[in-house]
Amino acid sequence: MAIFADKKNKVLVQGATGHQGVFHIGAMKEFGTNVVAGVTPGKGGQKVEGVPIFNNVYEGVSETGANTSLVLVPARFAKDAVFEALDAGIKTLVVITENIPFHDAMEFVHYSKYKDAVLIGPNCPGIASPGKTKIGILPGQIFKEGNIGVASRSGTLTYEIVNSLTEKDIGQSTCVGLGGDPIIGTTFIDALDAFEKDPETKAIVLVGEIGGTAEEEAAEHITEHISKPVFAFIAGRTAPPGKRMGHAGAIIARGKGTAESKIKAFEKADVKVAKFPTDIADLVEKYS
Amino acid sequence: MKLFEYRGKELFDKYGISVPNGKLVNNEKDFSDLKFPFVLKAQVPIGGRGKAGGIKSVDNVDDAKEKLSQIMGMDIRGYTVRKVLAEEKVDIKKELYLSITLDRSKRMPLIMASGEGGMDIESVPDDKIFKEWVNPLIGIQSFHIRGIVSKLKLEKEEGKEVAKVISKLYKLFREYDCELVEINPLIISKNGDVIALDSKVTINDDATYRHPDIVPEQVELTPLEEDAKGKGIAFIQLEGNIGVIANGAGLTMATLDALTHYSGKGGVFLDLGGTDDPEKVKQAFKLMKKAKPKVIFLNLFGGITRCDTVAKGVKEVITKEGIDCPVITRIKGCNEDIAKDILKDAGLITGATLQDAAKKSSDLAR
Repeated sequence: MAIFADKKNKVLVQGATGHQGVFHIGAMKEFGTNVVAGVTPGKGGQKVEGVPIFNNVYEGVSETGANTSLVLVPARFAKDAVFEALDAGIKTLVVITENIPFHDAMEFVHYSKYKDAVLIGPNCPGIASPGKTKIGILPGQIFKEGNIGVASRSGTLTYEIVNSLTEKDIGQSTCVGLGGDPIIGTTFIDALDAFEKDPETKAIVLVGEIGGTAEEEAAEHITEHISKPVFAFIAGRTAPPGKRMGHAGAIIARGKGTAESKIKAFEKADVKVAKFPTDIADLVEKYS
Repeated sequence: MKLFEYRGKELFDKYGISVPNGKLVNNEKDFSDLKFPFVLKAQVPIGGRGKAGGIKSVDNVDDAKEKLSQIMGMDIRGYTVRKVLAEEKVDIKKELYLSITLDRSKRMPLIMASGEGGMDIESVPDDKIFKEWVNPLIGIQSFHIRGIVSKLKLEKEEGKEVAKVISKLYKLFREYDCELVEINPLIISKNGDVIALDSKVTINDDATYRHPDIVPEQVELTPLEEDAKGKGIAFIQLEGNIGVIANGAGLTMATLDALTHYSGKGGVFLDLGGTDDPEKVKQAFKLMKKAKPKVIFLNLFGGITRCDTVAKGVKEVITKEGIDCPVITRIKGCNEDIAKDILKDAGLITGATLQDAAKKSSDLAR
C-alpha cells in the first residue's frame, strides 16, 4: 500500500509535448511509473518517449484506460485542462502548474470533490510512492522504499527532507507535495487520514511553512484522530512579515499563521518539531 | 495587487455601490465643484494613514489649500503621498463592516459583516462578526445574504439596501479575481443611503492579465528591485550581508532560518523558482553581484530546476566577469553530479551540507 498513488495509477500527461513534459515523462518512466498517454491539442498521433499523444483527454482515456492525470499546462489553460480531465473520468489529478489564478483553483478544487476525485496541488511537485510510482516532477534519485509518510507544502524543502531520510537509510511509503498556493485540493488533514489508514506507513512527517492556518488545523486533527507518531518542520521562523490581507485577514487568523503559533500547536499535539530540515531524519531515526 | 482607495471606489461605482461625491485633487482649482466641508485623504497602499495624519477635514478654500500641501508629499510608513482624494462629508447614522475574502481552509469566498464597523473592527469579538461561506459551484444565493443581513439588526429598508451591496460586492469579488474586497466603514446615512466610505481591493496577481483595465500604480522600487522585476526574478532585500540564491519559497525561508541559527544575516534573497533557463540564472547572478554581498550562498535542490543548468549559468558569469566575494554552494537533486563538476571547474566550493554551508557563509560574513 501507499497513499493516493501506487501501481494501479495509469498516468496521462496534459501538456506532454513541451520541454517539461518530455523531460518528466522520461524521468517518470525511469522511476517505474505507468505512463500510458499524453495530451496536447493538435499534436495527436505523435509519440513522446514511446508514449502516444492524443488531441484530448477523452480520447486518451478511452484508448489507454488512463485513470490519473499529471497537469503541466501553463496557468492560463490549467482550469480548462482540469475540468476536461474530470469530465473525461480521471479520478486522480496532480496539478504541477504554478501561478494559477486562485479563483480558478477554487472552482476546480470544488468540482473535483463533486466528481469524487483526488486532486493534489496546484503549484506542487507531485507525489511519489517509492518502488511503485511517481506522478510529478520530484527528483527520482532521492527516494527509498520504506515506512515514513511525508506530506509537505513546499517543493524543494520536501526533496531536502526526503533526501536526508534516505541518506540515513530511512525509506518512505509515500511523499506528497501538497502545494504552496492558498487554495489546494489535498490538505494536511486529508494526507494524515490517508497515512493513518495505510498499513505500510509507520510514522508521518509534515513540512509546513508560515502563512495560513493549515498547520494549526493539522495539529488539532492529530490530537483527535491520528495515532501514528508525527514529526514536523516549519519554514519561515525568521522570515520578514508578509503581506496583510486587510482587517479580514486579521479577523480570520486571530494570531495564527506565524511560525511560533504553528510550532506551539504541533508541540501541544505531541508532534516533534525539527530546527533544521535535515534534523527531521535524526528525530525519525531516534524514534525507530 | 492592492488598489488605492480611489481606484477601488471606481470599481464600486462601476458595480453600482454608492461612494461619496469626490475626486483626486492637485490644487485649489480642483476644489471648485466640491461642497465644503470635505475630507482630504492620502492615497497610499497601507492602513493606518488616519493616525499618521493622512486624513484631514477641511472647511473652506484656504483651509483646504493648507492641508492639501501638508498631505501631498508626506511620508506614511515609507510611502510618499502622490495622490490625494477629496470627498464630501456624509451624515452618518450607522457604521457597518463588510468584506469578502478567501477562506483558505474551506477554500471558499467568505463574506463577513458586522454592525460595529469603524476603526476598531479587529477588536470586535467573533460573536459580533457574522460569516457566510459561498461554495463557488453554486455562487451567491439569497439565503447567504439573508443569513448575514438578518443578524445586523437593521431597519427593513436599510436591510434591503445592504443586501444589494453584498450581492454587488460578491459580483465584483468574483469578476475581478479579488483576494479581498473590504468596506470599512459601510455607512447608513441619515437619509437612509448605504455608502462605502472606504475601499480596500486586492486583485490576485496571477489574474491581472485578465483585467487590462486595472493599471498598476507607480510604486517606487530601488534600482535593483526594478531590475529584478523586469527579469521576472523574486527578489527580497533584507538588512544582512549574505546574498542568498535558492530555489523555491520554502527552501529560501529555511535557508534564512539556517543562517540566523549561525548568527549570519541574509541580505539580498533571490528565489529562482522553477527556472530552467540558463539566461535567467545568469541574470540572477549578475543581479546578486550588483547587490555587493560579503558572501554569496547558493543553495539549490533540483526538481524541475536542473542543477546543471543553474551551474552552467553561474560558471559563465564567474569565468567571464570574475567575482570579488566568496561563493559557497550546496547542490542536491536533479543532475547534481554534473552540476558539482561544473562548479568545481569554476573554482567554487561544493558538496557541503546545509548546516556546513550556512555556518561557513555566516563565519565568512562576519
